[in-house]
Amino acid sequence: MKDPFINRKYIIMTLMVLVCLFLIIRLFVLQIVKDTYRLSADNNVLRYVTQYPARGLIYDRKGKLIVSNMAAYDIMVIPSQTSRIDTAGFCSLLGITNDMFKRQMRAAINYSRRAPSVFLKQISDQTYAGFQEKMFMYPGFYVQPRTLRKYSKPVAAHILGYVSEVDESIIKKNPYYKSGDYIGKSGIEEAYESELRGQKGVRIFMVDVFSRIKGAYADGEMDTVAVQGSDIISSIDLDLQEYGELLMRNKRGSIVAIEPETGEVLSLVSAPGYDPGLLVGRVRSENFAKLQLDTAIMPLFNRALMASYPPGSTFKPINGLIGLQEGVITEDTQFGCDYGYLFVGCHGHGSPLDLAGAVANSCNSYFCQTYRRVLENRKYGSVSEAYNRWKEYLNEFGFGSKLGTDFVNELAGFVPSTAYYDKYHGRNKWKALTVISMAIGQGEIGTTPLQMANMTAAIANRGFFYTPHIVKGVGKENSLDPKFSERHLINIDSANFNKIILGMEGAVNGAPGGTAGIARIRDIIVCGKTGTAQNPHGKDHSVFIAFAPKDDPKIAIAVYVENAGFGSTYAAPVASLMIEKYLRDSVSNKAMEQRILNLNLEDTITESETQY
Amino acid sequence: MKRSINIWVSLDKITILLYLLLVIMGWLNIYAAVYNEEHPGILDLSQRYGKQFIWILAAIFTGIFAILIDSRFYFFFSWFIYGFLMFLLVLVLVFGTEINGARSWFEFSWFSLQPSEFAKFGTAIALAGFLNSRRLDLTRLGMLTQASAIILVPAFLTALQPDMGSTVVFFALFLVLFREGMSPYVFVSGLLALILFFLTLLINNLYLKLGLIVLAILLVWFATRRWKLVLMGTGIFIVIAAVLYVIDYYLFKRLGIELVILFALLVSGIFFAWYIYTKKAMAVLVIYLFLVGSIVFVNSVDVTFNKILPDHQRDRINILLGIKSDPRGTGYNVNQSIISIGSGGLTGKGYLQGTQTKFKFVPKQSSDFIFCTIGEEWGFLGSLAVIGTFLLLFFRIIFMAERQRSVFSRVYGYGVVSILFLHVFINIGMAIGIVPVIGIPLPFFSYGGSSLWGFTILLFVFLRLDASRNEYLV
Repeated sequence: MKDPFINRKYIIMTLMVLVCLFLIIRLFVLQIVKDTYRLSADNNVLRYVTQYPARGLIYDRKGKLIVSNMAAYDIMVIPSQTSRIDTAGFCSLLGITNDMFKRQMRAAINYSRRAPSVFLKQISDQTYAGFQEKMFMYPGFYVQPRTLRKYSKPVAAHILGYVSEVDESIIKKNPYYKSGDYIGKSGIEEAYESELRGQKGVRIFMVDVFSRIKGAYADGEMDTVAVQGSDIISSIDLDLQEYGELLMRNKRGSIVAIEPETGEVLSLVSAPGYDPGLLVGRVRSENFAKLQLDTAIMPLFNRALMASYPPGSTFKPINGLIGLQEGVITEDTQFGCDYGYLFVGCHGHGSPLDLAGAVANSCNSYFCQTYRRVLENRKYGSVSEAYNRWKEYLNEFGFGSKLGTDFVNELAGFVPSTAYYDKYHGRNKWKALTVISMAIGQGEIGTTPLQMANMTAAIANRGFFYTPHIVKGVGKENSLDPKFSERHLINIDSANFNKIILGMEGAVNGAPGGTAGIARIRDIIVCGKTGTAQNPHGKDHSVFIAFAPKDDPKIAIAVYVENAGFGSTYAAPVASLMIEKYLRDSVSNKAMEQRILNLNLEDTITESETQY
Repeated sequence: MKRSINIWVSLDKITILLYLLLVIMGWLNIYAAVYNEEHPGILDLSQRYGKQFIWILAAIFTGIFAILIDSRFYFFFSWFIYGFLMFLLVLVLVFGTEINGARSWFEFSWFSLQPSEFAKFGTAIALAGFLNSRRLDLTRLGMLTQASAIILVPAFLTALQPDMGSTVVFFALFLVLFREGMSPYVFVSGLLALILFFLTLLINNLYLKLGLIVLAILLVWFATRRWKLVLMGTGIFIVIAAVLYVIDYYLFKRLGIELVILFALLVSGIFFAWYIYTKKAMAVLVIYLFLVGSIVFVNSVDVTFNKILPDHQRDRINILLGIKSDPRGTGYNVNQSIISIGSGGLTGKGYLQGTQTKFKFVPKQSSDFIFCTIGEEWGFLGSLAVIGTFLLLFFRIIFMAERQRSVFSRVYGYGVVSILFLHVFINIGMAIGIVPVIGIPLPFFSYGGSSLWGFTILLFVFLRLDASRNEYLV
């Protein structure tokens, strides 16, 4: 029998070939033409886990640990990988409310669907342990270990600064930082951020559909290792710092102590301060807001760097030095006092005095006359020109501009220019007498405690200083910015320094009428100068600068005690105690120490007096 | 008339080779798909790959058993087999265990059985028996109806489970009817209806109808090559449609554009009828009838789907067709499947190296989505090899079917190839996102005893019929 439909087998075969071709074309498009699927598959399976390096540790100059790290755990979320989960169970596991869950989820989605964001910060070890076990039930969530700062002693907050989470603006500015990262703010933490933070690494894991980690991707070949942050050896002496903060308790003011031969800052106290431990972990933002809102005492304000005071009588040695160098006086020049010079008064002391005596007695008349001679020096065509010369000396000492330390916020202070006076009095309309208050460190001039300590170091060095710095060395190489080993010379002969130092020695060590006998230490020659910074808002500030020992200076110090009156009353004893503590590791004058410790000036200060 | 021949010698070796090749490839890919590090042995019976090995052995025994049975048995008992399996299909609706919302499985204590996998064999053999038993003429309406009934009964029963996948597969047997003389118009109509069904759900109906009308106009031009006629016909239609539309718009306000098109078409038909009658233009008549039929069909599908079907069933179909997105359900499956296959590239990621596969991103990967493993780990070349092997098998079966001396064996052979072909097309199409996910296995590849045995019996009975083709003339 002949089959009339035999040819239909060809139609059927053609149909099959066409259908298979259709499948093959589609496969060709999927597998060869489009390359987005490989990416999608990678996104499915690859989990990039950032390896956070431990932040570098900070030691003091003697190798004592100041800042270390402790572990904390953040719960991270990748919104695109989450699925419907048992929210109630999840919330109770982490001890959060349902509202909080929704809020955090929304915030994470707003940040990015694909990138991880912090869901819950710094959970406790216990919560962490519980969560770790059940994590597989919650795809899209994982734990990110982080380190938090830990402080061995509740001191030096202003020096160290703090670490806080990066905000949007930082993330935008610097792509290194991602949501949830930490960055140093103020102090050493900010100045040495790039050294302390190290280098983040990333480990690539493969996860299955339940986000369970199944092993390293490509045997870890694509991973990058986190580089630990460099340790920092600070120049501060932790014991001295602690002692300084103790002395300044219940007072306002600051202490800056510098090692003259290196410019290393031994101690930098700004009172009132705060416990750096307050700004760590989950309590950080709350505490920070509290500290910031405390406008009465402004604990976050670093007076040592940021407060500008008229230097007062502590400025007299500078004017004496300039007078000597300019040749308008010698060490033997004598001026009578008679309780003042024109409208500048003076206290009762022997008269007339020579230079050393004038320094020791802090005679206003003497330095007014000296200053007038400096400005009216025939050598220069005009007072303006002479004033400019005088200002140059001041600038050499580091006044009127930032010193260039490794503190991130440092005030320049203020030394008026001739243009400043021209503006107020008219060109060539002002004379030496117009600006005579500068002779005794009053008037428009403003300096910071750090600048005063630096000046003291320059005097101790007899004519040079190193830019003050708070860090001795970074990392294993103990490296340091070369600018800190650059000697800044002052164009004043060292012989002239010795003449002034003689007066400073006398002020402390028994010259007749010496103003700072209270600062004397047995067997150590302390050279100092008292000062009283006028305070238009209230009681004057007590100021004292000193260095010791005289012939081999190891410490130069500037002490400010606000609203405490004469320099000899409180600033000088504080400086003396600090010097002895540093040089001898203990203090001999227990009675004086006790008097300072018991002193509470906080109660006597009204809010209106706090003005800067 | 009986000639004594050795069955084992006359078995078709090429088919057996292709069969073994596919089964082993399937087994290796199941191993990759469900690979468990704690049980690395491919024969570990606690894992699917270990079990599949048992199924393969059992399937081979079943195959041998199928070969041992005298070929006349299949012919004489074809109705009994069919009846028995239809009975099981009814039984499973009552006693079956509901899995994923469908009653498709009998569950026994140590294994479960899916009768629809065997019903495919039963239907193919019954169809062969039916077409062999009379004077074969599928142009006769009565015979075509009866043959269709044989196919539609199991299709209906599986639709009740509901198991859309199996239902669709039975329709593959119409290909056999086409081969045996069914009018191509019926065949094309069926195909067209199927295509239109999906298009109705996927495309705006107005556009679809306009598209059909444009297509009809083009076909008329193609058939007559007279552009004046085409323009005139189109003009008549447009004028009538416009008049009807205006009348409806100002008077009735209830017909709507859909019905206006249909009426315009019917009214303009009077003019076409005159032309067709005078010129004896059969082609134009056929085109016209197809057009009217299509538009009526589209309307009825639309009404059925949107007005009659319950909401949840409509949702399910919508999701299947990708009209509604469901990224966590069916949509997720297809999405991940496409990612797996697409990420395979030209040569694949290597055996056991597929990340999508290894980390279980594609659900049902050892059964319905086994092709993902091939696509991801073996790449385009591997996919090509698998599709190529299947195509070789299809051609071999067609070749063998054509060399049969009995209609019974030939029809059965075509039944086998039709069922396998539709399975392969739908399964792979599902995995690469061009066919809705209706959950049917890839023959010989997918994990599961029932489907492997079902396909093995289907193929090996044909091997037996082929081996004894010179023995009897049944």
